[in-house]
Amino acid sequence: MDGMDEIIKEFLIESTENLDKLDRDFVALEKNPKDKELLSSIFRVVHTIKGTCGFLGFQKLESVAHAGENILGKLRDGQLAMNESRTNALLALVDALRKMLVEIEKTGKDEKGNYDRLISTLTLLSEVNDSVKTTVVPALEEASETANRTGESAGVSETAIRVDVSLLDRLMNLVGELVLARNQILQFSTAQEGAGLGSAPQRLSWITSELQEGIMKTRMQPIGNVWGKFPRVVRDLEAACGKKIRLEMEGKETELDKTVIEAIKDPLTHIVRNSVDHGIESPEKRREAGKNEEGLLSLKAYHEGGQVHIEITDDGGGISPEKIRDKALSKGLISPEVARQMSERDLLNLIFLPGFSTAEKVTHISGRGVGMDVVKFNIESINGVIDIQSKPGLGTTLKIKIPLTLAIIPALMVSSQNNRYAIPQINLLELVRLEGVKVQTEIQLVHGAPIYQLRGHLLPLIFLNQELEVSNSLDTVHNSLNIVVLKAGDHQFGLVVDEVNDTQEIVVKPLHQILRHVDAFAGATILGDGSVALILNVMGLVKKAHLISANLEQAKIEKAPVIEIDTRDKQMLLLVKAGYTDHMAVPMKQLERIEKLDGSLVEKAGDHDVIQYRGKIMPLIHIGSVLPERRKKPRQIVEPSVYENKALIYAAVYTKNGRSIGFVVDRVYDVVEVIVEIKDVIRREGVLGTTVIQGNVTEILDVDWILKLAPPGFFDSAVA
Amino acid sequence: MSQEQKFCTFIVDQYFFGIEISRVQEVIRYQEMTDVPLAHPVIRGLINLRGQIVTTLDLRRRLGFPPLKAGRFPMNVVIRAEDGPLSLLVDEISDVMDVSEDWFENPPENLNGETRAMIHHVCKLKDRLLLILDVEQLLNLEVAKT
Repeated sequence: MDGMDEIIKEFLIESTENLDKLDRDFVALEKNPKDKELLSSIFRVVHTIKGTCGFLGFQKLESVAHAGENILGKLRDGQLAMNESRTNALLALVDALRKMLVEIEKTGKDEKGNYDRLISTLTLLSEVNDSVKTTVVPALEEASETANRTGESAGVSETAIRVDVSLLDRLMNLVGELVLARNQILQFSTAQEGAGLGSAPQRLSWITSELQEGIMKTRMQPIGNVWGKFPRVVRDLEAACGKKIRLEMEGKETELDKTVIEAIKDPLTHIVRNSVDHGIESPEKRREAGKNEEGLLSLKAYHEGGQVHIEITDDGGGISPEKIRDKALSKGLISPEVARQMSERDLLNLIFLPGFSTAEKVTHISGRGVGMDVVKFNIESINGVIDIQSKPGLGTTLKIKIPLTLAIIPALMVSSQNNRYAIPQINLLELVRLEGVKVQTEIQLVHGAPIYQLRGHLLPLIFLNQELEVSNSLDTVHNSLNIVVLKAGDHQFGLVVDEVNDTQEIVVKPLHQILRHVDAFAGATILGDGSVALILNVMGLVKKAHLISANLEQAKIEKAPVIEIDTRDKQMLLLVKAGYTDHMAVPMKQLERIEKLDGSLVEKAGDHDVIQYRGKIMPLIHIGSVLPERRKKPRQIVEPSVYENKALIYAAVYTKNGRSIGFVVDRVYDVVEVIVEIKDVIRREGVLGTTVIQGNVTEILDVDWILKLAPPGFFDSAVA
Repeated sequence: MSQEQKFCTFIVDQYFFGIEISRVQEVIRYQEMTDVPLAHPVIRGLINLRGQIVTTLDLRRRLGFPPLKAGRFPMNVVIRAEDGPLSLLVDEISDVMDVSEDWFENPPENLNGETRAMIHHVCKLKDRLLLILDVEQLLNLEVAKT
């Protein structure tokens, strides 16, 4: 019963507050009867009350609210106009609702009182015919009378108070100041022993800490507080809709700021109810579709990129973009021209328009066209983003991203060039320290980009000093290296910092908009000594370091392109050094032979380097020079004149239609026969993938790509 | 009838500048700053103003003057801006002055384009010129970049 009591208590507090707001709204509406926004907001309140008491089992309250909702719905859609009798009846409705709430609070039931006349009045007034005025008065009296007897005892809705968040903000700032003052006093008292302060500084210190903790706690709540009532909500809806649903929740402990929690409570409830009611199909339908009879609804919450992500996924019938388009067209929400140009994704997002509902029939749970527009409105009002993804037949996912502004997060403090930075711990995987020779041996350059092998995984490294452009630490020799292994999205990488300090709870403060274009920072925080430290935005760093190229991201969406290397069979690979790639493998089956050639015989023919080879002219391609640089600032490009100084060059010869081309490499190590397992960490043009051969990170050359660089039409016809 | 306006005045390089007093939140002495890498060069750093993080802008750099001599520390003029307070770093703080609108003149033609855009008016005082700064232009770093 405890959980239930909690829900009812919340329902009572919230509804009482909403009803107070309705009183004001109605008065405003009288002055401006055509205000659509106002009507929508009144409708939403009554709709929410109806919906909530529907599953709490207060049938009488539900039927009263339902009658009110009907008339409000018509008013909102412009089918009815506001007039005095309707205003009176609606005010009577508010009074009646309030009275019933008080009764529920006292007795836990809503059975007393008779509201049939109010209901019938509301039903009459909801008819488009305006000739029903006369019946209003008695019904109104009844309701007002009952309303007068309410409000005598102070109940649960009065023991809890709401505090303005800005007041909490101010308190938090003041506590921050207090902490600094305390630190100074502590310093003073240790320096001046016997200053007669006794134990006062210690007590001051203790009280300050407690106070700080308390104030911080007032703001944070785990999302589980909101989710806690969902099992019940789902269970009840399940019974009402005749469906079978399993609810999974992940990340209950994810902490959210109080304001954020408040703002997402209603939207989340709406989404969950929608998913159950419309998303997941009936057991029969599921069986027909070959799915498990039991539908799955999963809720997931996590911190990422300085934001809180919430995902609500169902494995139901999904949403068909065509259906949405037709609906939107028939409702006149979009024009046919616009509809034709809209992508599937745009179409799906139409469900967030006010007045949109795809449900075939209106049920008492959802489907009146409120819901998704309210959801979007509420989430955007806290600067959040909502996105919908749906596959017809497979299910729907709603992704909500909410900024972490004002939240308190655990963070790892690191130093770079004597400046301290905070890294949100949510991004942190582990810390690695390399010392002595290992710095030289365990970090390899793959085309100029440093890579560290962490237990067989290839970990691209980013140097913080370099990314922040405070110094170019790649070129300095390190005796030791601190690698902070981080995760951002699906990417893992190592961030090299000068020093790793401690972990702290920090208060995230937003940066002024004058700085917001700097992606590398998510905000700033004030440290214990009063100084300011920037909070690193790990996702922003990844983008800045070009770890994610646009191509790669695209490739990922298209689900990893087929790599044309047969990964099951052993194959012969030529291991070479090419430019800044220490280890590169060239598939042998595409090569004819490896030649040692005299570098001094290389000649220029137009843009191409050529050499006389077996009585023919063979173009040369220096692989190290043509591969696109992954690094932003390419180091000195290897000039074609490299050939001049070298007596001996190595060329892998490729032959087709009797014509040959030579791939020039800087060194030949070995030929191996291995089973290639692509570890796809860093991919770029000209490279099929990355793997580990003989303990070295090795890129596999895409021969077909290189061949495109041959003179145009070179292989087209056989030599006569 | 001429209107009097109050200006918070300060010195940058050897020039005498003023900002409308209503834009000024407070004036504080030099504070340790935290660097913000990658930001616009005019942005000098972040300071902790009683628990609030305030971004500081170097007026010398903004107006194209050479940096302050080593060993000298600038003062903070904290102004109200759209997205919260910002601090302008100036060499020295002077008085709050009442200036009659009658004394306002357009900035001289021979000032270079960008600096000229940042100066709203020029006021001829008894012994020197007071340059009234246009705060919005001052904060418009997008323009400054190009």
